[in-house]
Amino acid sequence: MTVALRLVRPALREAVRGRWLIGLAAALALAGDLLIRFGGGGDTTLVSLLDVALIVTPLAALVVGTMQVHNAREVTELLLAQPVTRGNLFAGLYLGTALPLAAALTIGLLAPFVWHGLLIGPLGLRLLALGGVTALLTLVGTALAFAIALRVDDRVRALGIALALWLGAAVLWDGVVLLLALLFGERAIEVPLLVALALNPLDLARVLLLLGTDAAALFGYTGAVVQHTMGTAAGHAALITALALWLALPLCFAAKTFNKKDF
Amino acid sequence: MIVTRALGKSFGKRGVLRAIDLHIGRGRITGLVGPNGAGKTTLLKLVLGLARPDTGEVIVDGHRVGPAPAYRAAIGYMPQIARFPAHLTGRELLETLVALRGATVEPDLSLAEDFALGDALDRSLGTLSGGTRQKINAVLAFAFRPNTLLLDEPTAGLDPLASRILKDRMLTERVRGCTVLVTSHVLPELEELADDVVFLADGEAKWHGPVGQLKKHTGQPTLERAVAQLLAGGALLAVA
Repeated sequence: MTVALRLVRPALREAVRGRWLIGLAAALALAGDLLIRFGGGGDTTLVSLLDVALIVTPLAALVVGTMQVHNAREVTELLLAQPVTRGNLFAGLYLGTALPLAAALTIGLLAPFVWHGLLIGPLGLRLLALGGVTALLTLVGTALAFAIALRVDDRVRALGIALALWLGAAVLWDGVVLLLALLFGERAIEVPLLVALALNPLDLARVLLLLGTDAAALFGYTGAVVQHTMGTAAGHAALITALALWLALPLCFAAKTFNKKDF
Repeated sequence: MIVTRALGKSFGKRGVLRAIDLHIGRGRITGLVGPNGAGKTTLLKLVLGLARPDTGEVIVDGHRVGPAPAYRAAIGYMPQIARFPAHLTGRELLETLVALRGATVEPDLSLAEDFALGDALDRSLGTLSGGTRQKINAVLAFAFRPNTLLLDEPTAGLDPLASRILKDRMLTERVRGCTVLVTSHVLPELEELADDVVFLADGEAKWHGPVGQLKKHTGQPTLERAVAQLLAGGALLAVA
């Protein structure tokens, strides 16, 4: 693990000097600032910001993750020629991509709340939860991106698959679930809805952040089912477990691919 | 010393290498030649463990190439295309390699001095010319006192002076007892350096032996003409 961590510093340097990481954080901070100025900094602002985070985080993680795997191809070969195990190198490349990105997104998201003095107050805990979930979603998105890009050598195709995944999870999913709920509305659909929830990490993140809050109107259908069937505490535990699986499974898959891959 | 036994590798349906048996001695420079796509780079990658063989095995200085990475500590590798992170400097890249190897190793930067790289080591790699990047590529390969050198088109993009400096260094490493395996399309250059030649074509090592013997065998005065003869003839030649 220490070997892997030695790759994080040069990766962070590369990302910071490339400026896109800072640009991303700045753009998020600007969006947040505007939301606070015009939304008043209350619950609604938080929910709007949650929507921004749920759109931007997976998109950034999927795009940056797939591009990073392909851009780092030659460096990866150079590093693989050193006396290090593939497992260590994989961990280093993954953390080197995911940690700076998670930091930039989380900081960009929370920074405006700091300079508006909202971090200490009624919103504080929920803002921190939002930051944590954003970081976790970045790790999930980067793991998925690595799993795709290590499998698909053609960079345009890999990026296309990643974008299709994002479109499906962030945009189409809600519509499909709603449509199914309408079509089968007269039967007991709790279980299929819970399955649908578990299949989308963005849904999991949203329900996790809104569970037990007053934002019931913005809950979505699946969230209501979770609260109804599991209650708040068990619901939280189940949601976090499901998200952790969304991190672990793609990461294992990507690590396995990396381990067997011919460079 | 690099030994390959019945080494085979295919990518998809395309067989790149078939049953390659080689014995590449230490203290010698071996030139790896053959038409494009003959599997020269693949052979180097199999020695490094960057690609895994379908059949057979590779043994480097008595260590069988497998998942255990320790044997690579004594290998210097110069990949064909030197595409490095654009915003890091050469020195930072070198420091990364040092950190990966365990901070106790002190890198040997004499080649950087010979190239008179100066402050080029401290400039972003993305701003350097292709030739300067190739020099840094060479510095990295020679920095950790290798016993085995795998050089893929090492002089590509280098000016004649830098090219001479690199070739001189290869000759020095040979005297030190290094196993040097070089691919090159510039055959007159290889003739100047190489003791032995391996000719790869159609996935097979069609010739492996001293340069002099190859010239005698083909009746040609230069290595370039001898290899051209092998390419044109296509006939299977006995591996010496």
